[in-house]
Amino acid sequence: MILLTRKAEFSSAHYYWNEAWTEDENRRVFGRCANKNGHGHNYTLEVTVAGEVDPVSGFVVDLKDLKEILEREVVSVYDHRHLNLEVPEFAAGTGMVPTTENIAIAIWRRLEGKVPGARLHRVRVYERSDLFADYYGER
Amino acid sequence: MAAGVATSAGPKAYLSRRYRLSASHRLHTEAYSADENRAVYGKCNNPHGHGHNYAVEVTLGGPVDAGTGMVCDLGELDAFARRNLLERFDGMNLNTLEAFSEQVSTTENFTAEVYRIFQGFTGAKVVRVRIEETGNNSFEYAE
Repeated sequence: MILLTRKAEFSSAHYYWNEAWTEDENRRVFGRCANKNGHGHNYTLEVTVAGEVDPVSGFVVDLKDLKEILEREVVSVYDHRHLNLEVPEFAAGTGMVPTTENIAIAIWRRLEGKVPGARLHRVRVYERSDLFADYYGER
Repeated sequence: MAAGVATSAGPKAYLSRRYRLSASHRLHTEAYSADENRAVYGKCNNPHGHGHNYAVEVTLGGPVDAGTGMVCDLGELDAFARRNLLERFDGMNLNTLEAFSEQVSTTENFTAEVYRIFQGFTGAKVVRVRIEETGNNSFEYAE
């Protein structure tokens, strides 16, 4: 089995807010991240897929296909968007705060079953170079 | 976690945070003769020591809290790291510290030591520590 990783980047705005909590609770838990005018990051996404090397092509997965899948399923939806206001999985009422952890989980759900011939192994999202979250599909 | 905020557990994820610290050390053990120390540790055995800019990457695993969307509170993690990692090791000579009084200050031993330290963090479970000693070598510890 080979693991293959493809990177992509997107730049998005977000803020942290849990509608079930009072304003004071939100400010206490989320601090500066609760600013409702939002703030943003250059995110780096690393998607790792696992599979067997095709004896003819020598590929686990066609990288061009994987690049197009990441572009279609993730980058075109997240890049230069406000995650809370423009991306359905983080919209008001979902209860899904767009933290780095939840972004990794949401991207996994977007990609699961969409990569032909390979199994999704890991989704890693860097919010900054010194902070990242990994999701392996564990429930 | 804020008091009075109801929480429930979601899918399991892993959060990694990098900290930087600069320290000096010398690789040397009393178990070897002077010649053996030089033979084993080479330039790292220089009696006056040398130093590195270490990058310490700590990974914590746990269920993502349904309320906060987080594995653990990053502010609490940073405060713990400041108190127990940076204030203890940054700007220090590792060989003079209690952690290395009984063991050589290799980055292997340093990595295991940092893992033991983060086992004391109650916000989430440490599952891996990785330390880059230079851009060309790094060490990992996981149980």
